[in-house]
Amino acid sequence: MKVTQGTFSFLPDLTDKEIRAQVEYALAQGWAISVEYTDDPHPRNYYWEMWGNPMFDLRDAAGAMTEVADCRKAHPQTYIRVNAFDSSRGFETTRLSFIVNRPANEPGFALKRQEVGGRQIQYTIESYAAQKPEGQRYE
Amino acid sequence: MNTQTTPSTANGQSVDLSALLADSRVNEVLEELDAELIGLKPVKARIRDIAALLLVERARKQLGLIAGSPSLHMSFTGNPGTGKTTVALRMAQILHRLGYVRKGHLVAVTRDDLVGQYIGHTAPKTKEILKKAMGGVLFIDEAYYLYRPENERDYGQEAIEILLQVMENQRDDLVVIVAGYKDRMDTFFRSNPGLSSRIAHHLDFPDYARDELEQIAAKMLEQMQYRLSDSGRDALQEYIPLRMAQPHFANARSIRNALDRARLRQASRLFVHRGEPLSRDQLMTIEGEDLRASRIFADGK
Repeated sequence: MKVTQGTFSFLPDLTDKEIRAQVEYALAQGWAISVEYTDDPHPRNYYWEMWGNPMFDLRDAAGAMTEVADCRKAHPQTYIRVNAFDSSRGFETTRLSFIVNRPANEPGFALKRQEVGGRQIQYTIESYAAQKPEGQRYE
Repeated sequence: MNTQTTPSTANGQSVDLSALLADSRVNEVLEELDAELIGLKPVKARIRDIAALLLVERARKQLGLIAGSPSLHMSFTGNPGTGKTTVALRMAQILHRLGYVRKGHLVAVTRDDLVGQYIGHTAPKTKEILKKAMGGVLFIDEAYYLYRPENERDYGQEAIEILLQVMENQRDDLVVIVAGYKDRMDTFFRSNPGLSSRIAHHLDFPDYARDELEQIAAKMLEQMQYRLSDSGRDALQEYIPLRMAQPHFANARSIRNALDRARLRQASRLFVHRGEPLSRDQLMTIEGEDLRASRIFADGK
């Protein structure tokens, strides 16, 4: 099951050329690029691992693309995303975030039902991959 | 000979170099370079050569001739104040207009920006700078400080190796210009043959002659909206050869400093007569006495 998180996630995976164009756009807006990765695909997992520091003062996409390539090399079987952070007053938040790498095999999510007081059912999801310990999830 | 036809005419294709030149608007930068920088004949000639090469390369590309982008890493050697940084800035503009670099900005760094203080600190630091410089020009001032043979544990070597790798593999992404004094750069290149062989253009910046320094002074004053009185002009003409004979003469930089000090003296001279109204002319004029108060004239007597 293809994980759909962030911008462009319902499109086919972006090619390197398309990623570069998006990064160029973000840089032209004055946003700072950062690269993050994780092997926990839960949609509420906000805390991905940082791949190096956010790249402020970047002028060209080539720098960000080398970081993406390095991160893919080090963590080929993880989700990697590119974030663009807008520091301008009033925003001060991520303006663009999209997945640039995903594991070859994505097992998807299990639906869990929990019976609570009054036979009420609470629903939650759990990633099959996240049942294994961190670092062994997509081997 | 009639049989000698170039492939392009044989195919009936041709490119107009002058149209390409006009299109790139590189001529404006070259003319600015000529007008704003005094002297430096060999440097300007080389810049024109490089511009021509890149234009021809572009023309070849239009006709489908592939040669791979030429290596444009450069070394600027010369005494202090000969215009290395200024030319590097212009070089970034020229390369941008010719489409060789994508963004055309200049990132000027020294050893401190590249080399870390402990193990594992250097690589991220150097890579950070390289990322910033991508799409533009990386200018490494006093590059010989990167290599410290007296200390075998020095991290400078690590920075050089990362630099070499990027210079070789990401030629399209950035141009590296190393700069420094001639003799020290020569020893630096001798001990780092890998670096020397990856730098295609070695530009030597000559010292300025006396009349060139006078023109530079005139240009600087014009930019600062000052002018010399007749006595001021005479004083400057005497000052320049005296200053040139002094130790630590730093070409244009020394002239700039001398003019800054003259402005200081002019200001205090005007301040003495603060009761009277000052004309625009007075505020602009540097008199002979402003320059003659210099230490250099005192030493000569």
